[in-house]
Amino acid sequence: MAETLKMNRPLISAEAITKSYFRGEHKVPVLQGAGLTAHRGEFISVIGQSGSGKSTLLHVMGLLDSPDVGEVILDGNRIDNLNQAARDQLRNHVFGFIFQFYHLLPELSLLENVMTPLMIRHSILGYWRHRKEIREAAMSMIQQVGLEHRIKHRPSELSGGEMQRGAIARALVGRPEILLADEPTGNLDSSTGGGIMDLLKSLNENQQLTIVMVTHDESIAAQAHRTVRLAQGRIQTVGREDAA
Amino acid sequence: MYKLLLCVRYLRTKYIALACIISVMLGVATMIVVNSVMAGFTTEMRDRLHNFIADIVIESRSMSGVENARAQMEIVEGAAGQYIAAMTPTIEIPGMISFRDPYTGESYTSAVQIQGIDPEGKSSVGPLRDYLDSFNPVIEDGVVIRKALRSRETPVTWELTPEAAEYRKAVLEQRSLYLPEEPSVDEMVPAAADATNETAAPEFDSESAANETPAAEDAVIKDGIIQDSFLNELPEPPIESTVRTDPFPARIFLGEGLVSFQAKNPETGNLAKVMMVTPGDDVIVSTVTAGRPPEPVRINATVVDSFRSGMNEYDTSIVLMNINELQKSRGMHLDNSITSIHIKLKDYADAPKVIAALERAFPPGQVSIKTWEEKQGLLLSAVEVETAILNVLLFLIITVAGFGILAIFYMIVVEKTRDIGILKSLGASSNGVMSIFLSYGLGLGIVGSLAGVAIGLLFVRYINQIEDGLSWITGRKVFDEKIYYFFEIPTSVSPMMVIAVAFGAISIAVLASILPARRAARLHPVRALRFE
Ligand SMILES: Nc1ncnc2c1ncn2[C@@H]1O[C@H](COP(=O)(O)OP(=O)(O)OP(=O)(O)O)[C@@H](O)[C@H]1O
Ligand SMILES: [Mg+2]
Repeated sequence: MAETLKMNRPLISAEAITKSYFRGEHKVPVLQGAGLTAHRGEFISVIGQSGSGKSTLLHVMGLLDSPDVGEVILDGNRIDNLNQAARDQLRNHVFGFIFQFYHLLPELSLLENVMTPLMIRHSILGYWRHRKEIREAAMSMIQQVGLEHRIKHRPSELSGGEMQRGAIARALVGRPEILLADEPTGNLDSSTGGGIMDLLKSLNENQQLTIVMVTHDESIAAQAHRTVRLAQGRIQTVGREDAA
Repeated sequence: MYKLLLCVRYLRTKYIALACIISVMLGVATMIVVNSVMAGFTTEMRDRLHNFIADIVIESRSMSGVENARAQMEIVEGAAGQYIAAMTPTIEIPGMISFRDPYTGESYTSAVQIQGIDPEGKSSVGPLRDYLDSFNPVIEDGVVIRKALRSRETPVTWELTPEAAEYRKAVLEQRSLYLPEEPSVDEMVPAAADATNETAAPEFDSESAANETPAAEDAVIKDGIIQDSFLNELPEPPIESTVRTDPFPARIFLGEGLVSFQAKNPETGNLAKVMMVTPGDDVIVSTVTAGRPPEPVRINATVVDSFRSGMNEYDTSIVLMNINELQKSRGMHLDNSITSIHIKLKDYADAPKVIAALERAFPPGQVSIKTWEEKQGLLLSAVEVETAILNVLLFLIITVAGFGILAIFYMIVVEKTRDIGILKSLGASSNGVMSIFLSYGLGLGIVGSLAGVAIGLLFVRYINQIEDGLSWITGRKVFDEKIYYFFEIPTSVSPMMVIAVAFGAISIAVLASILPARRAARLHPVRALRFE
């Protein structure tokens, strides 16, 4: 498998990313030339201490934030310097995000939450024309994460694991190529977290989904194909190249 | 699509939005109610101002008037006859009336505006019949306590009603008993009060019955009825019709306010109107002759009726007199002089044309020609200014509601910061996020305005019932018809006004949401996601 992966062109790569924050007058460097490349179908985990800049790297790769220096390249094209509308488009079509705190919209039911990316993709008219397909896509995604009996529930009526499954369904409903996961199990007990990991692994295996997952749990990280460590603003260690 | 969905969800789930809706609603409702009532009052006031001034009035510049009424009216007819519905010659002259209060015997004199009129002519250019006492029933607290004495179909004349003639006869015969001394009216009063315990006006019944005192004050209240009944109880008058009871040739209609006052009934605390002069009584009208120099004249006149137009200014100053008698007394009858012509138009919109035509027809400088609006210009423009100021103040209230919306929206945006970050991470554009909050403001404005319009219109529709309810709760009349001269609170709803108010409120809601919406749109997605 590793052989075939290497043959592939990289799907997404962050190259020599530098990013600093200003705390008042103080310049706080977070990323100092970090680089990370993911091939199609790869499952990478990023570990590192708290505050090492893992989330920041993920945000830069997913176009939620821009690097001070460095480039983000998708399929051979630089994407970090695109205009706002193009970046919005890419976020909607190419990237899916999941977060430690699930971040479902509290006013919407689970089904509506899962439909949101597709609603954003279409205008009102387009939504009306495709409402059936949109609903079906959302339903099938919800079925894949095993929540079909919960579609009417509000996020506040779901357990943590259920919410994270909902968030995964939402991230994937738009058929993105890359899933960016920021500590998806960070808030869950180990067995629930294990369930989420199993789900991610099966998505990766069955649908060739590229996953970049941030975590600080070594055992979770070990389930990915490859683990990298972020320290002092750089990707320092490259872990095993094969899935457990 | 998500914009609409979220916007609707936020409207439904954020109870704080209710505060915005309520403030918009209250603002809109208040503006509609106040505007409708103001418009109602204004319309009513314009009507009342218009009462004694016909559409167009031609006035001579001198008090002696111009000669030959018929010729003048022919000029008018010739110049603008096709636009004119009716016209009537009039003499307008300042003067005084003097009368005696029948109870205290004191003489009262008031400065008045005497209008010499032909009653049919006058009622053809204005609503005279509606204001004359004898043509209208007396209604108190919704109960008819006296029917109209004359039918509305009969022409307005200078004849006394049978009741007034009877009263006059009785008074004069009674007075003749005391001859040769000057009959003193106050001597009659205690006797009258004693004699009329059962027949006095109902609300004073118990009082005069219970009160043994020969209370002159009691009787002060209702002279006409008291004296009538007093005389009913008398045996046959001792002297059979030797007294001359014919009314004087000069007859007048008196403004009610000139000869009445409000007195408090000491028992019930209610205000009641006390008339000091009743139809059938005589008064003295003084004015000046038309000669040069003008000489004073005194005219003995019989009161035929009193009127109440609802315009206090008119009701306390105008005395209508038969024009022929006034001409005779002032020495104007030989050349049939008049001082003004009141004209009613078929369509008031023609007024400028008619005025232009009349100005060409009359020798320059001899007469002034004005519409009633021009004659009352100051008062009308004062009312307009008042309405405008009130509207500005009320709109400030809605603006305050707008700032409330601004604050609450800011709060909601802050509260929703993380959700905004999520939407952006899912690919929502800044404009998309902004439009959520703009349509939120719009939706809020629309809902608030609709509710406000509904409440405002309902309030206006049932304002009199609401007033009754308030009066019942507080135990005192909120809107006393005796003070305001209205039996009901007049209202007038203009659809344009309602639309303008609702539209203004919606605009303010949208304007107030622009700032928070822009803030939401500009939120950096990562910072929004990290927001705690
Ligand atoms: N807006 C900001 N202003 C200033 N400093 C910031 C800002 N955002 C992040 N930082 C800093 O950047 C550093 C990296 O943050 P980041 O969230 O990427 O770390 P992390 O590795 O994800 O940590 P954790 O494991 O706790 O999630 C931290 O020290 C943080 O304090
Ligand atoms: Mg983090």
